[in-house]
Amino acid sequence: MNNAYTIVVCGSVVPDPLQTLEPVAGPAGPGLRNEAMLPAVLDPWASHALYEAARLAREHAGSKVWLVSLGPRAKLQQVMMIVAQKVPFELIALDGPAGGFTEAAEVAAVLADAIAAIPGLDRSRLLVFGGWESASRGAGATLQMVGERLGIPDQFQGVDSARVDADGTFEILERVEGGRHQVSRCAGPPMVLGWATGSLAEPKNNPQVGMVNMRAVMPALQKARAVSLAGAGLAFTSVTLPKQVRATRIVKDASPDEVAREIVDWIRKK
Amino acid sequence: MDTVLVLAHTESDGSLGGAAREVLGLARTLGSGGGFVVGLMGERLDAGAAEAAGSGASRVLGIADAALGVPRYGTDAAAAAALCEAAGASVVLAAGTSRFMRCLPGVAQRLGGRVDTHVTGVSEAGGVWTVNRWYYRQRMEATLQRTHRPWVLLVDPGSQPAWRGEPAEARVEPVPVELAEGRTRTAVQGLRDVEGGAQTIRPDAELLFVTGAGWTKPQADGQAHVAEAEQLILRFLELTRASLGSSKSLVDLGGEGQAVLSFLSHLNQIGQTGSTPRHAKGLATCCHGEEPHTVGWRFITERRAISLDANCGWARGKADVLYVADAFAVIRKVNELLLEKG
Repeated sequence: MNNAYTIVVCGSVVPDPLQTLEPVAGPAGPGLRNEAMLPAVLDPWASHALYEAARLAREHAGSKVWLVSLGPRAKLQQVMMIVAQKVPFELIALDGPAGGFTEAAEVAAVLADAIAAIPGLDRSRLLVFGGWESASRGAGATLQMVGERLGIPDQFQGVDSARVDADGTFEILERVEGGRHQVSRCAGPPMVLGWATGSLAEPKNNPQVGMVNMRAVMPALQKARAVSLAGAGLAFTSVTLPKQVRATRIVKDASPDEVAREIVDWIRKK
Repeated sequence: MDTVLVLAHTESDGSLGGAAREVLGLARTLGSGGGFVVGLMGERLDAGAAEAAGSGASRVLGIADAALGVPRYGTDAAAAAALCEAAGASVVLAAGTSRFMRCLPGVAQRLGGRVDTHVTGVSEAGGVWTVNRWYYRQRMEATLQRTHRPWVLLVDPGSQPAWRGEPAEARVEPVPVELAEGRTRTAVQGLRDVEGGAQTIRPDAELLFVTGAGWTKPQADGQAHVAEAEQLILRFLELTRASLGSSKSLVDLGGEGQAVLSFLSHLNQIGQTGSTPRHAKGLATCCHGEEPHTVGWRFITERRAISLDANCGWARGKADVLYVADAFAVIRKVNELLLEKG
């Protein structure tokens, strides 16, 4: 039985979550103030997808992990210096916008084309991974459209676990309402998995992995295809920060009993 | 003029869930056009069809099939696409349930349309539709319009008042679709509670109880009291039936080998890389941090916090009341009072 997988992780860069973000209007639509200067990271849920992909590849000889990333070339280079030290992968870089206000359908078209163009791609062994939502657009829509474009009818979102059993089938846990998991069994690839947190901690930096990855990452960045996203038919009429500031009543010097009584009254008030 | 389809999946008893009734309520407010069509999918449709008819739908289309008794991309996408096509829908309104979030973006692609998810507001005037949604993990809100059709809108559950009218007699127009051959290689086996954890996430609860890393830190005696924290929190949840949320830092402690609350998982996590639940009230305890850590309770209506830090950025300007107090002592007393008062 062929146990090797071609695992393609879709993931891009987002502003470091700890940065202050402020929207600005530009000629091409909304963006972030000083967007080019903001420190960036690989999208958190896409990172989990990448680590899970590496685990799966490690456990199944002959497997290979690709990272397909659409973003400004300079940002990708900055982020890949870090990411490349985590796990082995081969980068397919696409030089284009990565902001939250880009159109998911257009991004999906670009990603699907890039995946379909992977040399020697065996679609029967293909697993398309990614974060189930990004920390920028946060739509949770792109991967499904990539899957549709690639003709993959077995798709899962909010995945926390994908276990391969001896017969090659996958047991998949997806997040559903009420803090529970839906358990499914899929016959195997091709599949699309949008990952939530998974169960793996962030791998420690491994300089040896970094050196191997970077030999291919730099050429991939140099030959990154330029991509433009038109946002056809989409118009933003406003983008604003929430302005509501609450007048916080600060209760000091009250005993725990007094505070507790007030809280209980508040909880019980309909 | 747009043809509006309210797309809904029924629950196991054939009725509509709360999120679907919210979308029905929303559709009734968008009344400048010619009403709306309801498309239902599920193993049984009877009760849901009566609710749809009672809400004022001009037509009720339906696909009842055993294959739709469980949520699954392949079969759900096929059914949803068939309903959209049968209705000739140019605008599709649906609840952002996990089931529809999984499949409807793919349906939009299949139909050559566009999709917007996590929608929190929709208005329509003179044939122009305007949608509100948040970007960058609830850190900025946008309003947008599209000329592309069909346009699928997934509305965040909890963001709209639900329709609560009387059911009416319904005539369901069946929509033919083949759900077996080649649609899926996936078998859904059921639901499973999070491993090792108490069932602490309750989306329908009135109160969200948020725990921060302070619960696991050394207290006044220099010692951490994690076991006591667990007992106090679980007792509070039992007495109030609150839903439990957690800061990322507290959930992450487990991965760093520190003592943690055993019933917490990443599913409890709220904020930038967690959920942003909607509850009427929120009580945060031992939470710290400025924006962006506080986005986890962006959609909580009434907010109170307990912290030893009077300048806590989690609470000042973001909570209605900040109690500068020891959460262990306060929650211990709260539990006693709740027990006394029954």
